[in-house]
Amino acid sequence: MKKTLKNVENVIIRFAGDSGDGMQLTGGRFTETTAIMGNDISTLPDYPAEIRAPAGSLAGVSAFQINFSSKDIHTPGDKVDVLVAMNPAALKVHMNELEHGGMLICNTASFTKKNLTYAGYESNPLADGSLEDFFNVFAIDMSKIVLEACSDMDLPTKTVGRTKNLFALGLLFWIFDRPTETTKSWLRKKFAKRPELIEANVRALDAGYNYGETTEIFTTRYMVDKADLPPGTYRNIVGNYAVSLGLVAAAEKSNLPLFYGGYPITPASDILHILSSLKHHNVKTFQAEDEIAGMTSIIGAAFTGNLAVTASSGPGIALKGEALGLAVMAELPMVIVNVQRGGPSTGLPTKTEQSDLFQALYGRNGEAPIPVIASATPGDCFYTAYEACRIALKYMTPVFVLTDGYLANGSEPWLIPDVDNLEPIEVKFADTSILIDGQFLPYMRNKETLARPWAIPGTSGLEHRIGGLEKEDGTGNVSYDPENHHQMTLNRQQKINNIVNEIPPTDIYGKTSGDLLILSWGGTKGSCRSATEDLQKEDKLVSHVHLRWLNPLPKDLGEILIRFKHVLMPEINMGQLSKIIRAEYLVDAQGLNLVKGKPISKHRIIEKVNKLIGS
Amino acid sequence: MADVKTVEKKKYSRMDFTSDQSVRWCPGCGDYAILAQTQKVFPDLGIDRENIVFISGIGCSSRFPYYMNTFGFHTIHGRATAIASGVKIANPDLSVWVVTGDGDGLSIGGNHTIHLLRRNININVMLFNNRIYGLTKGQYSPTSEVGKITKSTPFGSLDRPFNPLTLAMGAQATFVARSVDRDTKHMQAMIERSHKHKGTSFLEIYQNCLIFNDGAFASMTNKESKADHVLHLEHGQPMLFGNENKKGIRLNDNVPEIIELGDTYSIDDVLIHNEQDYVIASMLANFTYLDIFPDPVGVLYAIDVPPYDELVVQQIDEAIGQHGTGSIKELLNSGNTWIVE
Repeated sequence: MKKTLKNVENVIIRFAGDSGDGMQLTGGRFTETTAIMGNDISTLPDYPAEIRAPAGSLAGVSAFQINFSSKDIHTPGDKVDVLVAMNPAALKVHMNELEHGGMLICNTASFTKKNLTYAGYESNPLADGSLEDFFNVFAIDMSKIVLEACSDMDLPTKTVGRTKNLFALGLLFWIFDRPTETTKSWLRKKFAKRPELIEANVRALDAGYNYGETTEIFTTRYMVDKADLPPGTYRNIVGNYAVSLGLVAAAEKSNLPLFYGGYPITPASDILHILSSLKHHNVKTFQAEDEIAGMTSIIGAAFTGNLAVTASSGPGIALKGEALGLAVMAELPMVIVNVQRGGPSTGLPTKTEQSDLFQALYGRNGEAPIPVIASATPGDCFYTAYEACRIALKYMTPVFVLTDGYLANGSEPWLIPDVDNLEPIEVKFADTSILIDGQFLPYMRNKETLARPWAIPGTSGLEHRIGGLEKEDGTGNVSYDPENHHQMTLNRQQKINNIVNEIPPTDIYGKTSGDLLILSWGGTKGSCRSATEDLQKEDKLVSHVHLRWLNPLPKDLGEILIRFKHVLMPEINMGQLSKIIRAEYLVDAQGLNLVKGKPISKHRIIEKVNKLIGS
Repeated sequence: MADVKTVEKKKYSRMDFTSDQSVRWCPGCGDYAILAQTQKVFPDLGIDRENIVFISGIGCSSRFPYYMNTFGFHTIHGRATAIASGVKIANPDLSVWVVTGDGDGLSIGGNHTIHLLRRNININVMLFNNRIYGLTKGQYSPTSEVGKITKSTPFGSLDRPFNPLTLAMGAQATFVARSVDRDTKHMQAMIERSHKHKGTSFLEIYQNCLIFNDGAFASMTNKESKADHVLHLEHGQPMLFGNENKKGIRLNDNVPEIIELGDTYSIDDVLIHNEQDYVIASMLANFTYLDIFPDPVGVLYAIDVPPYDELVVQQIDEAIGQHGTGSIKELLNSGNTWIVE
């Protein structure tokens, strides 16, 4: 039978199924292969907080979305072209986001009466014709096919049944013209000790691929050409891995041992997992008894001369608050990563949000300034983590890195950085040459940065005491003097203000003045950039500025803002940065605030821009 | 042949451990005695001063590091043990001391204390127990006896107290000891033992608060009563106490009881202390708050278990032995990569 091959620019696929159906794995494998094929990609895993919500329930639906393209893309995309729904609940939850005319692939085996009722269907939508008007429906009994494929193997039905996700993957590989070999070698590694599972999964994968090839149901395959990416060596990367690599890079470049103290919390735990496996990089990981000990252990490690790092998410950061104040007072270098999630309280542990900006900036008692840098993309997490370490060590201060659930678990093809080109990190521990008349002044400051010396235990002649009580300027002795307290408050603030000198001139995407400026930070960069590109194509006078440092803010930001008639700030919070921008620069920045636990879609931004400047 | 230089250990005096800060505890506070004994015994421990770190939390006792001329960090309430853990893991060559109190170490910081003990990081904890909150001016503490009348319990406290030693035993501490502020020689010996122990040493020091809880341990320090109220423990020695050591502890069907040496019982009936016996140590720890028994002081329990900080280094060495020292360049380029031309 003749199959046609059609070239398309861009495809968005969503794999959806029950938590136990292996949708994250399926999505991950599709991503890996697609990345190697040279497409630009952006992914968004979307999974429930419950490890195993009741099978077949709406709450238990887990999904993975991938946007891949021959063009430069910035987001996982909005409406999807292909929806793989492994059960009725997945169909119910995700159907509304499938484009009309889109491809809907379902596993009929799980459309049982029980599952249908569970998902709230009165009749089987695959049988009652209700879907055909809207979508291109492919109802396949995947479970039956994989059982047949493995019928000569002595494996329990249940075990074979679990390979149905590999069938779906194989089918998608066929439809989008991708090779299966990368996945096969991955399977061989993953199940090295269970050859029978390698065999079953490979058979399921091939069964899916061959199903596309041989049956007459599928008549068209789609091709997405390679994207025009800058030359170099690439890998696919997720944000949490990139953060970890950035930290290890900073440790190696600064020649310091990396000490990571932390407590498991979604969605930051992977940083602990990754670093724990890198002991041969002289990485010490300490799984503390709680968030407070995670934080305070790194204060101890920083005092002792290690590159000290912790990572957590909002609730954990809240617990670290008091200790962060001590870190500010003690003026010790360390990095705190907040992988933001939906709040308040336990909130939405597995969903993304940008609502911890105020917490990072102000979440402590007293005047306790901490620099804040935010990552824009999964790959950018490497650079922000590295930069945070560099600044922490240079200015002797804790530094916050804000990422979020979307960046942490989302992925993109990543041009591997050349380590030699990273900005050097020079660390010089204090020695006795610093003594003045035989006396050591722990709070004597570097004139340029205002950083105090790092005098670590083990250094003879520099024995000294520090603590959380207010310090006397210079000596660091306890002081209750009012003038001294005022002066020290100013010193601590000025030191952070000085970091502004590290921030390069702001990059404006588009014209340097115009009708509207989209101002973004963190993970919303992609949607804002995509929206700006679309608007510029329509000759709208819209530009885009993305902020990397949120404390301090770049020197030139004020003069940029006033050159635009409108400033629009899309944020996944109730307008935290826009409040700061309004207060700092007295501009009428407008918010686009959608707190739904997922990235803001470019369409909503475009809609809002058009409303403000008139379409 | 090259000159061979013998590196002599630095010699210190008590003054070398005395900082230039004036001590600000209330006159007559038991903390003075503990500070004095510490400064007295440290020159003999054979540790270079620059390798010593004192970490404290918040409370009267926690001012301690300011007065020791070593590296010191006066941190936040309850977290000294966690901060010290970071210090010791970051540099296992340091001699790390935690000074804490019954409020700091057992109330707000109780969680960190028990986890430090179970991990067995090579840190020395000195817990000053005065059974009261001093710095906040006299509220009852987690070690105050039931019915304690204080500012926050005008009708008497209702909660049952912690016994720091049974808590330490329960948390699987590898070294559990107690001393009393007034018993200077004993305290010196206990500080030395703490230092020598590899792993977390938990030393409780009964400390009198003259202002808010005076006489809390009077029966153990008064000349007339102390013989009957203190049980001095020594490894391998019978558990004797009382005037002229005429009383002893024996086990009667596994139940401890007090015996008078004389016609009925001889020294052979008296239980011999064994620091390595968990059951004996737990039994002794339980004597506290039981009025019939004397309060034990000395080393109740000391066993050898590899300290956490050493295991951390070992694991890293093994990982390097297995994979070679990691390079970030290799790590960045590992996994599936592809080239775009």
